[in-house]
Amino acid sequence: MRRWIAAALVLVMLILHQDLWLWTDKSLVLGFLPAGLAYHAAYTVAAAVVMAILVWLIWPTEMEDVQPEPGTPGTEAREGSDH
Amino acid sequence: MLPGIIILVYLAIVAVVGAVAFGKRKKASGDDFFLASRSIGEVVFLLSLFGTNMTAFAILGSSGMAYHRGIGVFGLMASSSALIIPLTLLIIGTRLWALGKRFGHVTQVDYFRDRWDTSHVGTIIFIVTVAMLVPYIIIALIGGGNVIEALSTYTDHAGHTQHFLSYELGAAAVVASVTIHIFLGGMRGAAWVNTFQTILFLVFGSIAFVLIGRSLGHGHGMVEGYRSVLEGLAKNPKSAALLSRQTIPPAEFLSYMFIPLSAIMFPHMAMMCLSARRMSAFKKTVVAYPICIMMIWLPSVFLGVVAASQFKGLTAGESNDVLLLLLNKHTTEFVAALLGAGIMSCVMAADSHQILAIVTMFTRDIFAHYGGHDRFGPRAQEWTGRIFVLIISAVAYAIALYLKNSATIFELAIRFAFSGFAALAPVMVAALFWKRSTKWGALAATLWSAAGVLGSWWLFTYSGPAFAHFMTTHKGPPAMAIFPSLGHALVRTPGNVTLFGYLPVVPMVLGSALLMWAVSLVTAPPSQATLDRYFPAATPSPTPSPEPAR
Repeated sequence: MRRWIAAALVLVMLILHQDLWLWTDKSLVLGFLPAGLAYHAAYTVAAAVVMAILVWLIWPTEMEDVQPEPGTPGTEAREGSDH
Repeated sequence: MLPGIIILVYLAIVAVVGAVAFGKRKKASGDDFFLASRSIGEVVFLLSLFGTNMTAFAILGSSGMAYHRGIGVFGLMASSSALIIPLTLLIIGTRLWALGKRFGHVTQVDYFRDRWDTSHVGTIIFIVTVAMLVPYIIIALIGGGNVIEALSTYTDHAGHTQHFLSYELGAAAVVASVTIHIFLGGMRGAAWVNTFQTILFLVFGSIAFVLIGRSLGHGHGMVEGYRSVLEGLAKNPKSAALLSRQTIPPAEFLSYMFIPLSAIMFPHMAMMCLSARRMSAFKKTVVAYPICIMMIWLPSVFLGVVAASQFKGLTAGESNDVLLLLLNKHTTEFVAALLGAGIMSCVMAADSHQILAIVTMFTRDIFAHYGGHDRFGPRAQEWTGRIFVLIISAVAYAIALYLKNSATIFELAIRFAFSGFAALAPVMVAALFWKRSTKWGALAATLWSAAGVLGSWWLFTYSGPAFAHFMTTHKGPPAMAIFPSLGHALVRTPGNVTLFGYLPVVPMVLGSALLMWAVSLVTAPPSQATLDRYFPAATPSPTPSPEPAR
């Protein structure tokens, strides 16, 4: 359920990015910020909020305490073979 | 002369930071040189990871593009990145970190080789990745050389324009500074320098924004200054479009949502993910990342539009200097130099990580993989890396000189690197989340990505002469059908080619995903032992268990 909510949130954000209703709007917000620019500035703030929610919803807790495999030095090259 | 001296002092400080990092190394090993012993803390992780994305392209390219196309550039590149990049860090970056810590991966190719039981396919991915990253490094050097030359411009007694530091010397100073701090400090040096540079730019960028606005206001304040400029733009029919997004077709706007997929596939970004001390470092990073993007890109794009009222008729190449032109016009020489150093910091921030990434890949994916580590030991591997730093820096500098006037920063970046790396994202997603994926699927997707980069480059070049003629005879929109018999399926615009209105990145990403899926289905998966290691039976996702799986 948490994953579905997360996916829905991302989908909404993807749709909100395509703000066709502001495409030709040249009005200024706060006296100096074009409306389209103000909208996308607010969008980035909303993205931060959504990220905080996503961390809460789908953070991979089970991976946090992962340990290196015994005998797996971090600096050695791995062997590979093409069959 | 003063700006040039300040820039040189700044570059020297960067080199010293690298030397200090050298003193903090824990042991003579590749893991410490290449990944700082996986010990990067939360604050450095955030600022350094963010700094790797703040490139010459981001700062100079976006303001230059905003000068021509208006405020829509922020939506094209910044707000799309504000959603997609942290999302990929959360979903992909955390898993890369966990798998890297468990199995000892240092590079993406390291992971792909182990994940799919392959050697040669990994080598092909290495070649394609390096080929796409090298131009990115050169862009940073070109940007650095241009910034230093622009900042050190003065008029002599005879009224001639002179440069205290030429482009060639400026690029040489940048490459020397980057080389020294990487050569000595490795990943730790790059991360510390990046953190320093990101803070510097955020502080100086904010000061620049206020000072330019106050200068434009002529004593009536910053807001009044910017308001009067924008109202002036709105009154002129030729410039009014810059205040909206009507210069950017919706299909192109949508296409740019695919570009930030490239971030996690840049080798230096993936390596940064592997260098975190704890996974919790990602939590604060993904939340703060969109805000950091806004703090950097909003003033860059805004000032690019403001510059359209100040400097008329700049060409695509000249417009990459609009931030510097604004600084020179509206601040004192000393302040302009300090703020120029801030811009320099952005230009260089990604460059150091990119050079380190290429060096790491050569050392790890080629030298060590093909027997160098076993034959010569870890200390030789570390020093091999340092020698590669010198070689790659020298080659990049030579190419930066050769390509000085051949293309704008933004065009080079988007054409050669971003779309190609974005098209590799399905390979990483499949490796992490799809058990049935195979090395042959990865190979097909990688070759498709490389073909997409070469194909779009060829179309752009092939249509160049015809487009130049088209622009001299045509009065309508700057969009020409490349092959008239195909109608408007393939169209040439001033900066790109499009397929049914969409940028090449869209078919490249979708085609890559399709090939990854289709080819994997008809080829043999990796051995069961490998699948058991990466997909333990008890968990549906590639969750590394605390216990060894074999």
